[in-house]
Amino acid sequence: MSVPVRIQPDETFVLNVGPQHPATHGVLRVKMEMDGEYIVDAETVIGYIHRMHEKMGELKTYPQFYMNLSRMDYLGAMGYSHGHVLLVEKAAGIEVPERAEYIRAITVELNRISSHLFWFGAFVMDLGGFSPLMYALQDREHILDMLERITGSRLTYSYYRFGGLYNDIDDEFIESARRFIPRMRKSLKKYDRLVTGNIIFQKRLIGNAVLTQETCRKYGASSAVARGSGINYDVRKNEPYSVYPEFDFDVPVYNEGDSLARYKVRMAEIEQSLRIIEQGLDKLPGGPIMPKKAPKIIKPPAGDYYQAVETARGNFGIRLVSDGGKNPYRLKLRSPTYSNMHLFDETCKGMLIMDALAFMGSLDLVIPEIDR
Amino acid sequence: MIIEQTRNALQTLFPEADPGIDLQVQQEDSETTAESSDKQEDTVRTNGVIERDYQVHGYHIDAQVDPEQLLEAVGIVDSLGYFIESITGVDWIKENQLEVVYDFSRYDFDLCRVVIRTRVDRDAPVVPSITSIYAGANWHERETHDFFGIKFEGHPHLIPLLLPEDADFHPLLKDFKA
Repeated sequence: MSVPVRIQPDETFVLNVGPQHPATHGVLRVKMEMDGEYIVDAETVIGYIHRMHEKMGELKTYPQFYMNLSRMDYLGAMGYSHGHVLLVEKAAGIEVPERAEYIRAITVELNRISSHLFWFGAFVMDLGGFSPLMYALQDREHILDMLERITGSRLTYSYYRFGGLYNDIDDEFIESARRFIPRMRKSLKKYDRLVTGNIIFQKRLIGNAVLTQETCRKYGASSAVARGSGINYDVRKNEPYSVYPEFDFDVPVYNEGDSLARYKVRMAEIEQSLRIIEQGLDKLPGGPIMPKKAPKIIKPPAGDYYQAVETARGNFGIRLVSDGGKNPYRLKLRSPTYSNMHLFDETCKGMLIMDALAFMGSLDLVIPEIDR
Repeated sequence: MIIEQTRNALQTLFPEADPGIDLQVQQEDSETTAESSDKQEDTVRTNGVIERDYQVHGYHIDAQVDPEQLLEAVGIVDSLGYFIESITGVDWIKENQLEVVYDFSRYDFDLCRVVIRTRVDRDAPVVPSITSIYAGANWHERETHDFFGIKFEGHPHLIPLLLPEDADFHPLLKDFKA
């Protein structure tokens, strides 16, 4: 004998998304109070893969800790290593040969493309389209193979050294990078035809989770999350570092503030990264990749130093408080998706759960980077 | 220009201090860049606004305020359109003090990084929460509470964020033993 299910009109229930859920792309949990399919309230729970990088930073010497930076964000490791070496070089006063800085910029941009490609595939897969991931991984594979040849690693590169690089690039790398540029440009057109105009894709994303500039400011959002809301903020332009002032590139900005705008920003960024790589290869100076007098023991003078860089996921900041010793007195890692994810709770209120998951995908989350 | 504007706005918190003296200190600091001058400055540092050399330190304005002045200082920064970058702590165990450091930066091309710091007694570390001004301070304050045990008064939800939910230890304190 069946009893009809009775639901009170104002009844809500708690839905637990994660910590193991395919839509969260890692161990992230969101407690959602649901009214049917609508989110009434949400609380993000993070810290499932917290590794206390900042304590390790205090316990290890500078070169020992350097390896940790690649383990923060497994999709865009170069950017994080870059921030760390720039900070320590600034604090300890180490000169970097120009060739090394150019190669750093080239590899960071290659890594940014590979990160964006993976995000693109995973994001479209979140929305139900499987094949773009396969195409994206094909292109990404080219980058990973290139980087593997010179760095010896496919994800956790740790390619830079304080003062320069671990290994110089060779003709084969340059030739391979030159081959990659037209290939990627062709692929971008393909992705555009395959995905951007797709009616399901557009209906899911246009007007989805519109972020205002004020929300971005109050949460400190960066990367495509800010740039999709009309904020022209890119650390490479706003706070130039390394050799980025030498390159002619644009910062894509869209004003709509919805998930489609965030998608468009990232796809346009791939083209801009290609431009930087192209110019970097053209201008690549000769010379050494390490300074003649690279200090063996790194002891920055006592003081407080800060360095921000634009990684694939946004504004990554690193603060060093030195007491003049071999280990940092305090090392703070400010990760970009930490701030980007934080605005999820407030924004997703009143949204349908599937829209909220599309929004979450558009934030480009890498959980180990949030949890640190 | 914004650097000057921010410095003057923050300077209003210290009516008795002469901003010229602070600038003098800064100039000497950038000329010598010796280890000792920085070190000494940290130990004898009194509240006030200092303009730092961006090329050396990576930020422009460094303001140390009383915990009671914190909300006012952050309010000034907010009204000038800064975004919040991070909040963190530093354990100065020798001085028996905990420092809370707030980082702010700008979205426009008027580059200016502002650091606001406040020091509290290590035995009773309580600072007011700035979540009423910057909603994004919520996680940063929870994280700082996790790592240092600093209590943020007025925080809506001060429970462990990154550490386990039953954590009663604060790993970034210098006397923490695993």
